Amino acid sequence: MKKTKQLFAALTLMLSGLGSAHADYAISLVKGVTGLSNDIYDLHMWVFWICVVIGIGVFGTMFYSIYYHRKSMGHEAEQFHESTKVEIIWTIIPTLILVAMAIPATKLMLEVDDIQESEMSIKVTGWQWKWEYEYLDNGIHFFSSLDEASNRARQIDSGIDPRSVPHYLLNVDKPLVIPVDTKIRFLFTAADVIHSWWVPDLGWKKDTVPGFINEAWTLVDKAGTYRGQCTELCGKDHGFMPIVVIAMEKEDYAIWVQEQKTLADAEKNAADKEWTAEDLIAKGETVYANNCSSCHMADGAGVPGTFPAITESPLVSGEMEAQVDLMMNGKGMMPAFGQMLSAVDFAAVSTFIRNGLGNEVGDSIQPSEIKSLQTALPKKESDDDE
Amino acid sequence: MSAVTAEHDHHDHGPAKGLLRWVVTTNHKDIGTLYLVFSLAMFFVGGTMALIIRSELFEPGMQFVNPQFFNSMTTMHALVMVFGAVMPAFVGLANWMIPMMIGAPDMALPRMNNMSFWMLVAGILLLASTFFMEGGAPAAGWTMYPPLVLQTGNALPFAIFSVHLLGISSIMGAINIIATIFNMRAPAMSLMKMPLFVWTWLITAFLLVAIMPVFAGAVTMLLTDRFFDTSFFDAAGGGDPVLYQHIFWFFGHPEVYVMILPTFGVASQIIPVFARKPLFGYSSMVFATAAIAFLSFIVWAHHMFTVGMPMAGELYFMYATMLIAIPTGVKIFNWTATMWKGAMTFEAPMLFSIAFVVLFTMGGFTGLMMALAPLDFQYHDTYFIVAHFHYTLVPASVFMIMAAGYFWLPKWTGNMYDEKLAKLHFWLSAISVNILFFPQHFLGLAGMPRRIPDYAVQFADWNMISSIGAFIYGPSQLIFVYIVYKTIKGGTGEKVTDEVWEGAKEHSLEWTLPSPAPYHTFSTPPKEVPTLSTSRS
Repeated sequence: MKKTKQLFAALTLMLSGLGSAHADYAISLVKGVTGLSNDIYDLHMWVFWICVVIGIGVFGTMFYSIYYHRKSMGHEAEQFHESTKVEIIWTIIPTLILVAMAIPATKLMLEVDDIQESEMSIKVTGWQWKWEYEYLDNGIHFFSSLDEASNRARQIDSGIDPRSVPHYLLNVDKPLVIPVDTKIRFLFTAADVIHSWWVPDLGWKKDTVPGFINEAWTLVDKAGTYRGQCTELCGKDHGFMPIVVIAMEKEDYAIWVQEQKTLADAEKNAADKEWTAEDLIAKGETVYANNCSSCHMADGAGVPGTFPAITESPLVSGEMEAQVDLMMNGKGMMPAFGQMLSAVDFAAVSTFIRNGLGNEVGDSIQPSEIKSLQTALPKKESDDDE
Repeated sequence: MSAVTAEHDHHDHGPAKGLLRWVVTTNHKDIGTLYLVFSLAMFFVGGTMALIIRSELFEPGMQFVNPQFFNSMTTMHALVMVFGAVMPAFVGLANWMIPMMIGAPDMALPRMNNMSFWMLVAGILLLASTFFMEGGAPAAGWTMYPPLVLQTGNALPFAIFSVHLLGISSIMGAINIIATIFNMRAPAMSLMKMPLFVWTWLITAFLLVAIMPVFAGAVTMLLTDRFFDTSFFDAAGGGDPVLYQHIFWFFGHPEVYVMILPTFGVASQIIPVFARKPLFGYSSMVFATAAIAFLSFIVWAHHMFTVGMPMAGELYFMYATMLIAIPTGVKIFNWTATMWKGAMTFEAPMLFSIAFVVLFTMGGFTGLMMALAPLDFQYHDTYFIVAHFHYTLVPASVFMIMAAGYFWLPKWTGNMYDEKLAKLHFWLSAISVNILFFPQHFLGLAGMPRRIPDYAVQFADWNMISSIGAFIYGPSQLIFVYIVYKTIKGGTGEKVTDEVWEGAKEHSLEWTLPSPAPYHTFSTPPKEVPTLSTSRS
């Protein structure tokens, strides 16, 4: 028995040592940067300490008994076996403790639900495997996906040390930007499967369900960059669709909005101009790396049995129309890229895969053609249920 | 041979010879053995998948498997552990022990018993075959949420039929247990004199009969959505993907109690024997089990606090879920009171039971925390949840299945297991299981989602520690296999008595039988039943 106790002591020491010696071993809940997330943190700690006290009581009794009421200590077993009084006591006390937890929890729930008086709305759509953001008040609209550096490093046998990549897997190409001190209403939906939008610093997560709209709100107190991830299994790249929210002072936010409008105009013009095949192929290579390579692999060889090869694929060497149709509308595990990619990116990658990765079809497609195909697509989940 | 079986011995016959014995057997002890051996094998299959998961998560970056295969691993690990390891292990224990505990000669429906075992094998083989199909094994999680699951390749219909087979097998097993308990008890064995293991299994069997058809219905709707153009779960056709989650968790929540209630039963058999004291509060234990089972049907949407339910729904499911803490607390307190002022010894079954009470309580605490809906908005689908349910499944269900093995092996084989090795097995398991799962609480709270094959570098340290725990826990279980093998082959050589454990005869009927228990037992029912750990009135 002595050895047993020593083992226990060693283990406890080891665990507590780990906890205190290194600051980067986070052990408690993220406190967050909103009033709501702080309240959630406080409730978490309240319930945690109640559990600690109960734990000390129950385990203390048990270990006292294990130590003193042992046969080897010569303890004789008593033969009592029931007591209605005791049973009633240990039913009523836990009930009271539960009430003490339920009251603050209920208050908090009502606060979470209070979407009134929000000052702006952002619609979030989950896609396999990126996020689409639409600012309903000023028309800003973009997709946000894993940044290139993380994406390169996360490929199997990439040879890149994740520790050398800043914010590995928690960085995006285009973050969501919001103003501080503003009550923002979020509307959530999805285009393909269920996802879940979670930024721990905001204090909640919400599922995005195809065909349905969910609501939540936030009011960030402090400017900064807050990172999160998709938390509902959504297929192969579920682990690779992070969320980055940048909360800006109101003045900076206004400047950002202006910039986005200029950018949107430039993109519109790019889609209307005539592109050379070389330019499309060059651009398509990057688009391929960011959107296609994780399944079809960087060299286009695919994964036999799971993801088809692009190289020498009969579909890619066949009619352009059939290939574009599959890419637009998706099939099985292949996501529908019709609305996910801009007309330029779509045309570029369509051209690239026919003239790269070991294929030599020789033709190309213009962004303007893609644009007209995209306008003909049934717009997914665009109704706002207000 | 004890007096209870002697008078009919003249026409007793032993088992058939050779391998065919195991194929055609209708003997509850043989079928119990089949179930237990099968579940042990599946425990290692599912465990290997867990080790692949923990190897990939040992360091940030993708090292060994592609993300799709990783998702197949998490999915198949869960399905194999739930349907192949834990549930069959308890059915195996039920087969062996229930007839011996209630004074019955066999299960009520012996041929169906054989069929439900072989259907389980067929179901699991069908599931395993999906690894070799185009598109790979199912990878949408064991919960199989649509629309994602509908993207599965050729494996989908096979996985669904496999669920059907496993469901039918479970239902037949459950019906058999209910029929046995209601019809085959010795005359002196009134319901309130049944050992708690029998009670918890009776209640579990009713849960199974109620929920398995619901699950079969849900997956059949997936099948028709994919192949017959229905839209149960497709908004574009007027359906609702969240409807599936409601149906699934109406099955799923009682299902997790199917894995924990018999665990409670085993603990309630073991603790009094080694405390040398009657079980404290037998009737309240029975009522608490029934209360937990009832509550399990009305709390399902606490798995869905973030899907977007109306506030009234969220509050109701929060309150109902919190209520579970009351009967569960009663059970913990009763076990503690059973140990209080006993004369305890700490053989392997008792060590595992104490670890179970402590570590299950930790899982209970985190369960209480996540019952609070606003907190669940943070915890949901993170490693905090993974830690929670593994605490309630590994150091609870799995520990108690092994405790049951140590407790009853001497009765089954007539040989004593190697106590020293068993203690080694216990300490390695109890320590490594905490190194494995405790850091996962921290990971979840710090923001690591579950079911991801790779993670941000700030999660690296705890993940590595967790993986080290897994690498110790997994191989340690081979000690158990060795001990069981050695015990069957003769054990320590020391012949055990009928009651095996000091005073066990006073607690439950199986200890009045000879060790090893003969092929046929209680051909005539016993006249008296032990009442030390049951109701005495």
